[in-house]
Amino acid sequence: MSVIVGTETKLCVSGITGREGTFHTLNNRNYGTNVVSGVTPGKGGQDVEGIPVFNTFHDAVAETGTNTAMIFVPPPFAADSILEAADAGIETIIAITEGIPAHDELRVFNHLKTVHPGTRLIGPNCPGVLSPGKANVGIIPASFFKEGNVGVVSRSGTLTYQIGNELAQRGFGNSSIVGIGGDPVPGSSFVDIIALFQEDPETELIVMSGEIGGSAEEEAAEFIAEHVTKPVVGYIAGVTAPPGKTMGHAGAIVSGSSGSAAAKIEALEGKGVRVGRTPTQVADIAVEILGG
Amino acid sequence: MDLLEYQGKQLFARHGVPVPDGKPAATVDEALAAADEIGYPCVVKAQVLVGGRGKAGGIKVVKNSDEARDAATAIIGMDIKGHTVNEVWIEEASDIAEEYYASIVFDRAAKAPLFMVSKEGGMDIEEVAESNPSAIARLHVDPLLGFQAFHGRRLAYEAGLPADVIRPVGALLAKLYDAFVKEEAMLVEVNPLSVLADRSVKALDAKVTLDGNSLHRHPDNAAFRNPGAEDAQEQMAHERGLTYVKLDGDIGILGNGAGLVMSTLDVVAQFGGAPANFLDAGGGSKAEAITSAVEVILSDDKVKAVLFNIFGGITRCDEVAAGLIEAFKQINPTVPFVVRLDGTNDVAGRELLAQANLAGVHTASTMNEAAEKVVALAKGGAA
Repeated sequence: MSVIVGTETKLCVSGITGREGTFHTLNNRNYGTNVVSGVTPGKGGQDVEGIPVFNTFHDAVAETGTNTAMIFVPPPFAADSILEAADAGIETIIAITEGIPAHDELRVFNHLKTVHPGTRLIGPNCPGVLSPGKANVGIIPASFFKEGNVGVVSRSGTLTYQIGNELAQRGFGNSSIVGIGGDPVPGSSFVDIIALFQEDPETELIVMSGEIGGSAEEEAAEFIAEHVTKPVVGYIAGVTAPPGKTMGHAGAIVSGSSGSAAAKIEALEGKGVRVGRTPTQVADIAVEILGG
Repeated sequence: MDLLEYQGKQLFARHGVPVPDGKPAATVDEALAAADEIGYPCVVKAQVLVGGRGKAGGIKVVKNSDEARDAATAIIGMDIKGHTVNEVWIEEASDIAEEYYASIVFDRAAKAPLFMVSKEGGMDIEEVAESNPSAIARLHVDPLLGFQAFHGRRLAYEAGLPADVIRPVGALLAKLYDAFVKEEAMLVEVNPLSVLADRSVKALDAKVTLDGNSLHRHPDNAAFRNPGAEDAQEQMAHERGLTYVKLDGDIGILGNGAGLVMSTLDVVAQFGGAPANFLDAGGGSKAEAITSAVEVILSDDKVKAVLFNIFGGITRCDEVAAGLIEAFKQINPTVPFVVRLDGTNDVAGRELLAQANLAGVHTASTMNEAAEKVVALAKGGAA
């Protein structure tokens, strides 16, 4: 088992004919992901290395039975593409695009919640989801990860690779690696993904990698205390980040007294979640819990 | 992106939020001409992106041209908490009867705009929230529904505002919400929201933060950028399309991906070092971008050593190595570098560096080892 993407995934890529879109679509297919279609308005009828391109998600769903969308279009068009995918009935949408306006994200989130409650949006501004040995949807470099029992959820891309690599060096593999993204309004939160890992029989340990800004880590701490029986190891980046400065991710900012790394670490440890102070320490704790 | 007070007021005015008349000025002569035109008494207000201007002497009421000249001379060029005053805003004086507070913040946790209104205006709202939280009326607006008249009434009544201003304050709040949504703000704050002697209401101050990701839809707002308020390195990085934040230490940092760079700063600090900057070279960084980033880092003359921490995903380690080698050719750095390359094409990247054999470039195989080495080098020791 794994979460969100796997052998049942039938992927349609929005922006498949763009340079980056084509490159990562083919990477994903080479990994073994079942890529069934792509969408680029005006290019319906063409194909990308044998993958049929449609003008709309609705056509892609009707013709290829796609059940998962990956959004790779530039920021001004990304919210529209997410909404179209949801309207076409696609229930798993993974948005890689970075730089989507926050008010667009707000509209999308609230619209999905009210009109398409069954739709799961991952991202935007995320590296995607990798279920090793099954499917890779997004830009996670899959060669560093193998199948295993550690579920990873993270707000950051490269930091996930760093932590995943530390775990791999100790011999751990992953059930799934989920990048929820570094934006102010992510479609899925730590809580949403941790709940999936709790239910996933393959996952025996959950690693959550958070960072400054917002309160998603604090909410996760509450949720873990009440609903999660599997061990969780945390990491929070940005302990030394100064207040009022956006640290790269649109969502990574300490404003006033809220969103600091210290507060997040305290919230997690207060609920019994062990928090590594470095990525290496996260792997050390994983060894202690699961055995080397 | 943070706006100056007058930029915020100009933005408010587009949406009908009542604000006093005024003019910006960058020189004493401009300030004097503006004051003469607006008439006396008027107010000379320092325009900086920091609070506490009044206490610092950056806001003065003037009654005639002589006073206006003196005030503008004193304020332009003044330093307020490390911010140099490059502009002043000359504004008609207002006869203030009462001062309230109103703001809308982009509430990430609730996924909705949060309105706050208080009768306790003119002071720091975080203090009010601490000392007298019940004095702040709060409500979330459903972003799909938008602001309704009843929202305005509820906020005004719950904040305990006097009966005669409930309607005008409600109208102002509706316009403020319009500005928040249409201009795609992350924050709009009016403190004070003033009732004047004639019982009209006006926004006497404006604090606005816009979403940098939305500026492509708002060319007028993109022009509000205040390069003068940015640090020299930040401005240089901005022009080169790099994500850079200046910090106080002496160890230059370059990494790929915001989370990894934040983590690198933390690990360097744990080993006793002080990072000079946050620099995310981004995904898929090409050699030219790396060369350009090295120039930005080294333009800060406090930097005594530089750490490259790369975990390649889209970014290829051989590109990073090539960029560093090119940077050495072009600018011949005199400070030591520690380079840690892992991930995509790491072997090729390390080979390139080994062949180039650059003076002062040390390698490390883990993030912790790299941090330890760079801290030792910055302190003048050996790697």
